[in-house]
Amino acid sequence: MLDLFFIIQKLILVSAVLAITLVIAMYTTYAERKLAAFFQDRVGPNRAGPFGILQPLADGLKFMFKEAFIPANANKFLFVLGPSISMIAACMACGVIPWGSSLMIMGHEVPLQIADLNVGVLYLFGVVSLGVYGIMIGGWASNNKYALLSTIRASSQMISYEIAMGIALIALTLSTGTLSLKEIVSLQHGGHWNVWVQPLGFIIFIICAFAETNRMPFDLPECETELVGGYHTEYSGMQLGFYLFAEYINMFVSSTVMAALYFGGFNFPFLNSLGLSHNLVTLLGVGVFFAKIFALMFFFIWIRWTIPRFRYDQLMRLGWKVLMPLAIFNMLVTAVLILL
Amino acid sequence: MILGLFCFLSLLTIMSALSVILSRNPVYSVLSLILCFFSIAGHYILLSAPFLAVVHIIVYAGAIMVLFLFVIMLMMRTSDVGLTSWVKRIGSFFVVGVLGVTIVALMQRGTLVLPRYLASVEGSVSSLGRVLFGQYAIPFELSTILFLSAVVGVVMLGKKS
Amino acid sequence: MTWTQVIPAEWYLILGTALFGIGLIGVLIRRNVVIVLMSIELMLNAINLILVSSSAYHANLSAQVFVFFIMMVAAVEVSVGLAIFTVIYRRKESTDIDALNELKG
Repeated sequence: MLDLFFIIQKLILVSAVLAITLVIAMYTTYAERKLAAFFQDRVGPNRAGPFGILQPLADGLKFMFKEAFIPANANKFLFVLGPSISMIAACMACGVIPWGSSLMIMGHEVPLQIADLNVGVLYLFGVVSLGVYGIMIGGWASNNKYALLSTIRASSQMISYEIAMGIALIALTLSTGTLSLKEIVSLQHGGHWNVWVQPLGFIIFIICAFAETNRMPFDLPECETELVGGYHTEYSGMQLGFYLFAEYINMFVSSTVMAALYFGGFNFPFLNSLGLSHNLVTLLGVGVFFAKIFALMFFFIWIRWTIPRFRYDQLMRLGWKVLMPLAIFNMLVTAVLILL
Repeated sequence: MILGLFCFLSLLTIMSALSVILSRNPVYSVLSLILCFFSIAGHYILLSAPFLAVVHIIVYAGAIMVLFLFVIMLMMRTSDVGLTSWVKRIGSFFVVGVLGVTIVALMQRGTLVLPRYLASVEGSVSSLGRVLFGQYAIPFELSTILFLSAVVGVVMLGKKS
Repeated sequence: MTWTQVIPAEWYLILGTALFGIGLIGVLIRRNVVIVLMSIELMLNAINLILVSSSAYHANLSAQVFVFFIMMVAAVEVSVGLAIFTVIYRRKESTDIDALNELKG
């Protein structure tokens, strides 16, 4: 039954997860700029605080105090609704991620997961497919040609890559036999990571994740050389901040999902042979999980500053003619291997 | 609490459905329909069918409504073309009135015997999958042919001749 | 059980009928093709809701499988319908359903 302890525990967990997600998204902008500077042999932000560590706060404050301008011919309601939907859809996926196994607090077992849905993978897929609305609504409401063009690009790109992503996930669930994220993570106990079982599926998934988050090789929706500023051309102030922030949250969330689905989540080698207490092992697991997430996020940034942008027809050809047949092939092979 | 949730969801469903057919701007219609689908998904969860709720969101909100929004944003001026002739309008209310009266009358006379209690059945993935791939395997396979023909048809229609 | 005694099955039937009625009115009074298609979706969903509720109250999963099939058919219907609409719009430059009256004798 719903008792007080349960409600308090979930409330604390929800606020903690939300706060951590936002702080990490904030500092990803800093990491991105520092790493970009490193790749290009520059120094990067170094004025606010030691090593520029306060730069994200300064950026946030700047966004807050700027005027949130709404163009005269824009649809005012939808113009404000767009960034909000982007932000909400980006944060929603955190609800089913298993951040750690469980903590023992005052004799209660507290699972470090907000909701263990038995359709967790499908929930993630549904939330991912909602992300496109924020971009579509905002881009259309701006009443700007460039914004509309980029909206069309963004939505067709996201829908196309969702298909390959979904088929890669089907292959994964075929080999794990469950849709609950917690079970998928615990099945990878002891180094049996899914990436060894589904290498092709993982490659397809990570390419689709790049496309879904509109990151660099596929960032055509905000391609400056062709489309001014992309779908957020008309935005300013905190509304623009929401769009940019949602992109970083999406990056964090997709790294988290990949770490949980393919890299064993909070499992690490010699998990139980260290002879530590249950709580300490859990906390170590959380740390290991975040290390995996940060490694994947570094990969995202690394790719962004290394690989040039695709052309739009190349993007569509890759999605429909390469990734989708590969994903179907992967699913067939997995199914046949399971049958044998 | 469940009763309150049911009433809230029902109110949301009806209000957003009305907004779909009454909005002047088609974009608002699409957005209200998305809201309506979310509240229907909430009903599915209340009826312990979580799998259907999630699939409903993926199929309707994730795919179908994006298609609608796409078509409206790309090719329609948001100006409205208006309503049909008043004969049809009055006729539609008449038809719906008859439908409503029939349902209420059936309930009043006790012809529709509805069970009082929910049996313990959960629309989980495994139980639903067992029914779908056991009893309904052939219709399921046939539906893939329907999908294939739809894909071919849409590609043919979409080509500029 | 706990909550099912609170919500009578009739309520779902009434809600579904109301939704179906709203969809039907939408089909009959609107002339915009896209909104007519959306009203049809509304009617399909009213049926889905009634099917899921009867599945829960009768402990029979077949109804949920029917809902699954209805969703599939709805997806196909919308994609083909919107493709046809796109072709018509390219030819007639109009979203008015009453503009398509060439077969009228």
